[in-house]
Amino acid sequence: MKVRLIPRLDIKGPNLVKGIHFEGLRVLGKPEDFARDYYEHGADELIYMDAVASLYGRNSLLDIVERTSREIFIPLTVGGGLRSLDDIRSALRAGADKVSINTAAIARPELIREASRTFGASTIVVSIEANQRSDGSYEAYVNYGRDSTGVDAFEWAIRAAELGAGELMVTSVNREGTGKGFDVDLTRRIAASVPIPVIAGGGAGSAAHVHDVVAQGGVNAVAIASLLHYNSMRRFQEANHDATSEGNVEFLRRGTASKRFEDTSIDALKTYLTRYGIECRHRPEAIAHVE
Amino acid sequence: MSNENSHQVAIVDYGMGNLYSVKHACQHVGLRAVITSSAEEILAARAVILPGVGAYRDAMETLSRLDLASVIRDVAASARLLVGICLGMQLLMSESEEYGRHEGLGIVPGRVLKLPDREHGQPVKVPHIGWTGIHRPPAQPTSTDPWHGSFLDDVAEGEPMYFVHSYFVKPERADVVLSTSSYGDESFCSSLTRGNVMACQFHPERSGPAGLHVYRNLAQLISSESKEKLSE
Repeated sequence: MKVRLIPRLDIKGPNLVKGIHFEGLRVLGKPEDFARDYYEHGADELIYMDAVASLYGRNSLLDIVERTSREIFIPLTVGGGLRSLDDIRSALRAGADKVSINTAAIARPELIREASRTFGASTIVVSIEANQRSDGSYEAYVNYGRDSTGVDAFEWAIRAAELGAGELMVTSVNREGTGKGFDVDLTRRIAASVPIPVIAGGGAGSAAHVHDVVAQGGVNAVAIASLLHYNSMRRFQEANHDATSEGNVEFLRRGTASKRFEDTSIDALKTYLTRYGIECRHRPEAIAHVE
Repeated sequence: MSNENSHQVAIVDYGMGNLYSVKHACQHVGLRAVITSSAEEILAARAVILPGVGAYRDAMETLSRLDLASVIRDVAASARLLVGICLGMQLLMSESEEYGRHEGLGIVPGRVLKLPDREHGQPVKVPHIGWTGIHRPPAQPTSTDPWHGSFLDDVAEGEPMYFVHSYFVKPERADVVLSTSSYGDESFCSSLTRGNVMACQFHPERSGPAGLHVYRNLAQLISSESKEKLSE
């Protein structure tokens, strides 16, 4: 089975943002520009995550989803603030192929069963934001990695699968945005305990990190944010791409943001994985910008 | 020639799956498409796409409740193209074993079975989610390329397409199988064609440039079919 590389785009208002441990969000640019770039460079899927919807109960993301879905012909998962079957239906109607739920599912686990029955299990991704406590155990966090729940992440993973989730996306809060590598132990334990595919997230800083979480973590897909975003952003800047005026853009000018992240691209990551025996989908050389 | 105002493609809306990505892919290749549950619109279109993601029984119940099951059978019996995608492909079959036994549309004789969760004794994840190659079926008695002139015309052998499913179709007749793909211990039928009916388990609208090529082939088939009608 080919491993899937999935750029994860965290969105606040009209902007692509990125933080560390889900905090200190920086504006990187327009999500549509990054989405198009990733599609043309062989991304296997995309994830759009609304960084603020859970907190404020709004869905500003759907316009961006609608525009993206018209020009990006790979699967698009949308999450962040989806609370009900109606919210999920709106996301699907805007052009999402799958939805990711976390906060609302922990508050009311039956939502997973209902959503899975209504829209098909494979449409429902349960996102688990796992925070490691000082005693080594893992707790599921909600509201974009901000709030603790007291729920054990491993028990929740098994429960979510039993309730009908089609996939799990497991993000290490401790590693998120750090570029220090995935929490391989966390993903391996969860991947081994559920019969459904697992997407690893949080920590990618190099091709070797991606390799390790696939080879040792036993996951079927990898969500990658900063590692790809900072590289794309540099390419955009070289091409004189318009920087956005909203939010924290000062760091772009200082040029210090990408030190924790290797120079790479989706193609380069896939070439690396393939060299080490991990099967990937390689884009045809002839992929055209008109596509 | 059919009415200029009528839609070339009717995408059957029965409340299941991402109809919008299907519509966007149609538009991308220049097809006028409408998402509809109106029998009139479906019967007026030159081609009908039956998409779908979700539970088999619910889908069949909804199609029956909307009086669309017979409409789709009518399309199959006509000369117009009927394209089943994912669950839409499975619904074309005679019956499914998804959570019990459920009757399908019966347009293509065959059954819908659960994907294996083992490969050489090792567990594999179900649903099958991801990019998997499609291959020509084992050698045919004729030397002609089975993909030539089909919606897979000019698609590369082994091209990865995007799949999301827990069940697969097993047609009674091997000669309807257009492509096979492997998951776990199973080599399954990933697309089929029989006359004006064609179907695929993968999602061409979500399979990148290769998938859009499938839509371009469909557009080609639709336009050549209407030319044939003109010359009659």
